[in-house]
Amino acid sequence: MLTKKVKKRILFLVSIVFLTAVSIFFIFKVLNDNLLYFKTPSEIKKDENLDFQRAIRIGGMVKQNSLSATSKEIKFIITDMKNEIIVSYSGAIPNLFAEGKGVVAEGKLKDRNYFIAEKILAKHDENYMPPELKKNVK
Amino acid sequence: MFNFLLPSRIYLLIEKTLKFINSVFFPILLIGLTFALVISPPDYIQGDSVRIMYLHVPSAWIGLACFASMAFLSILNFIFKTKNFFLINKSLAPIGLLFTCLAIITGSLWGKPTWGAFWVWDARLTSMMVLMFFYFFLILSFKFIKDQDKLVKVSSLITILGSINLPIIKFSVDWWTTLHQPASISLGKSSKIDPSMLYPLILMLLVFLLFSALIFLMKYKTEIIRIKKKRIKSL
Repeated sequence: MLTKKVKKRILFLVSIVFLTAVSIFFIFKVLNDNLLYFKTPSEIKKDENLDFQRAIRIGGMVKQNSLSATSKEIKFIITDMKNEIIVSYSGAIPNLFAEGKGVVAEGKLKDRNYFIAEKILAKHDENYMPPELKKNVK
Repeated sequence: MFNFLLPSRIYLLIEKTLKFINSVFFPILLIGLTFALVISPPDYIQGDSVRIMYLHVPSAWIGLACFASMAFLSILNFIFKTKNFFLINKSLAPIGLLFTCLAIITGSLWGKPTWGAFWVWDARLTSMMVLMFFYFFLILSFKFIKDQDKLVKVSSLITILGSINLPIIKFSVDWWTTLHQPASISLGKSSKIDPSMLYPLILMLLVFLLFSALIFLMKYKTEIIRIKKKRIKSL
């Protein structure tokens, strides 16, 4: 059924798709650091050439009972259940920002454990449920 | 091969299907919207902005599904030179573009109250934007390349190479850290969406699918008429 021409076209298609996929794979491999939208506290801890001048994003969970607010700033702890980073921030926070919920903070590291945020984004998780159900779960 | 899809044979069938979809579309749309906007409960944390999901998720699915089927047909078309697959692709592309744009727009409307930003450059949002550009270039090629043989080759290659982007979109939330949440519904796992919200979502998916089918059949019909007109002229 497959004539010579058809076989030739199949070969052409397979090779061009394969080449493109492989090159994209290597581009992603090189760019991997930039493709990550945020780093977790554990990754910050492991990172040996941290740049304290550059703005970065860190993300994780707002630790329970870690949130404290004064008139000037709010402070909380971002955790990924293994490592923690203290974040200080002054400015408007999104509605969904809360203890025990996901958060992404944009700003600069002061040292390995202290982060000064300039912007805060709330990260929503993949769970959807009505409020009554949530009460029952608790 | 593929004789059952020949334009002249399928024309009457298209007419019948169009009539049927037309008769059921509006009742189903009304039921779907009632469930999505009124009956379904607000979310425990997002409140009423969860209702955007009922538009956003089906749009994104259809945007992806359109491109996947176009890629499949393009491969067959490129290898076996079946002309009417090209017509099907030409009719599918605008639907895909519409729903991809809709997914991006509804997503950013949801992002502002939820995340605190309309747009962020994370892997999921960026790869979705790349998909939108692929649709865009595809439609531009339909409009501006006049030579038919060249057009079929160019558009098939754009579609086939663009389909590499599809797994990237799907798995972007697993491969990299993103602000976008990971999938709530995946095959073989229990859904992370409560049934009271899942059923309206499925209903809205049905509505969007019917709408896509409606637009697709109308567009395909036009393409068939256009070809027949050309043949009559050339006689």
